[in-house]
Amino acid sequence: MQPQALTGGFTDPAVQSAHAFRSVMEAMARPGTLREISGAEPPAPMSRAAGAVLLTLCDSDTPIYLAGAVDCPAVRNWLSFHTGAPLVGPAECMFAVGSWSDLGPLSIYPIGTSEYPDRSATLVVECPQLTASGAILTGPGIKETAALSLPELAAFQDNRTLYPLGLDFIFTSGVRVAAVPRTTEVS
Amino acid sequence: MSAYNFAYLDEQTKRMIRRAILKGLAIPGYQVPFASREMPMPYGWGTGGVQVSAAVLIPDDTFKVIDQGSDDTTNAVSIRTFFERTAGVETTTVTRDASVIQTRHRIPEERLHEGQILVYQVPIPEPLRFLEPRESETRKMHGLEEYGLMHVKLYEDISRHGHIATSYAYPVKVEGRYVMDPSPIPKFDNPKLGDMAAIQLFGAGREQRIYALPPYTQVVSLDFEDHPFEATKADHACSLCGSEDSYQDEVIIDDAGRRMFVCSDADYCKARQAAGHHGKDAA
Repeated sequence: MQPQALTGGFTDPAVQSAHAFRSVMEAMARPGTLREISGAEPPAPMSRAAGAVLLTLCDSDTPIYLAGAVDCPAVRNWLSFHTGAPLVGPAECMFAVGSWSDLGPLSIYPIGTSEYPDRSATLVVECPQLTASGAILTGPGIKETAALSLPELAAFQDNRTLYPLGLDFIFTSGVRVAAVPRTTEVS
Repeated sequence: MSAYNFAYLDEQTKRMIRRAILKGLAIPGYQVPFASREMPMPYGWGTGGVQVSAAVLIPDDTFKVIDQGSDDTTNAVSIRTFFERTAGVETTTVTRDASVIQTRHRIPEERLHEGQILVYQVPIPEPLRFLEPRESETRKMHGLEEYGLMHVKLYEDISRHGHIATSYAYPVKVEGRYVMDPSPIPKFDNPKLGDMAAIQLFGAGREQRIYALPPYTQVVSLDFEDHPFEATKADHACSLCGSEDSYQDEVIIDDAGRRMFVCSDADYCKARQAAGHHGKDAA
C-alpha cells in the first residue's frame, strides 16, 4: 500500500461528515440544487466531492463498484483504508462511482424489490461540469421546476417509469454535488 | 461535551441512518428499515426522532424540540438538553429561528421555511398495522399498492359515526403511491404536510423505521367524494391569545368541570400575546 492512501480522509470525521451529509441530503431532497461538499482529498481521478460522499456514506456494510478510470490502485487503496468498503461488480453494489459513460449500461444495477425498494444502488456520477442549466426537472422536492446539466435524458426517463423501484443519482464535479432521485421527471 | 462523539451516536451508526434517510427521501412515504440503537432514554420517548436528529445535526444548527406543541414538557426539555450536551448546538423555542425542529405530535402553526428540517417522533410507522398485524402482509400490501383495507376502515367510521371519526394519525397518500402514517399529529395539521418548504423526516425507534417527505411533495389525506377530508379543531378561540385559527388543547381547570382552550403551539401563543393579542382569560 502506498502512503498516499493513508492521507486525504476527514481530519475531523464527526463534524466534517455531518456537514457533508447535510449537503448531500439537501441535494437529494431538492433535486437539481447545487451544493458544495468538501473535506476529502481522494487520489486522482476521483473528485473531492465524490470522495466526501463516499467517506460520509460508505463503510464495511456498503459494497462499492468502481467504474472505468476510478478503478485504479490509488483509489482502491484509498477507499479500502478510509472506508473498509468491499469493492464489487455492478450487480452487487450499493454505491457505484464513475463517469457517465463508464457507469453504463444501467440495467445491471440493483433497483430494489417491490417489498424493499430501498435496496437499490446509488450511482455517484462524476461530471466534467455541473451547472443549473439544461434538463428541466420536476417532481417531489421541486417547487415548480429546476434545471441541471444531465448527461442525457432517456436514461432518467426510463428510470422514472420503474418507480417505486429504480436508481438514485448523485452528481459530483470538483467540490459540487447535486442529486436526482428516482422520483424526478426530466425533460 | 468532549466525552461524547459529536451528537452522541458513533459514526458507523450515523452512516447507516444517513443512508436510510437518503433512500427515504428518494421514495417518499416508504418506510425504510434501519438498525435502531439503544438510546439513553426509553422507547416511546422519541428514540427514533433523536437518532434522526443526531444524524442530521451540524454544529451550526439551532435546535428546537416540541412535545404536542410545547417547548416545556419533560420530553421536550430532556431531548433539548441531551443535544445541548452531546452536540453543543444552540437551542431555541422560537420556531422561525430553529434550523432543526424535533416534534412529537404537532406541526408548528407558523409556516416553516426552506432552511428548516422537521423531525417527527413516530410510535407506530405502519398505517396498516391495526388492520393487519403481520409485517410480512403489510409489506406485501404496500408493494402491491393494496390499500382497500384502509378505505374499508374509513368507511366503517362513516357507517358507525356518520363521519370519518379518525382525528389524529390520519392516513395520507404520498405522490399517489404510498399510504403513510403522518405520526399522531391532529388531522388539523394534515394539510401542512404537502406544501411544506422544509424537509420532513420521520423516525420510529422501537419499530426501526425511517421515512421522509421532501419539500413540496404531494400529500393527500384519504377520503371519499361524498365525505371529503376536513381539518377539524375545537370550535373555540384561545383563552390566552384569542387566536381562532390555531389548534387548541382543552384544559380542565377545576373539579367543577370548568375548562379552557389554549393554543397547543406554545411559541405561537406566546408570540401573539407579546404582539398584543389577548384572549378572554389573559392575565
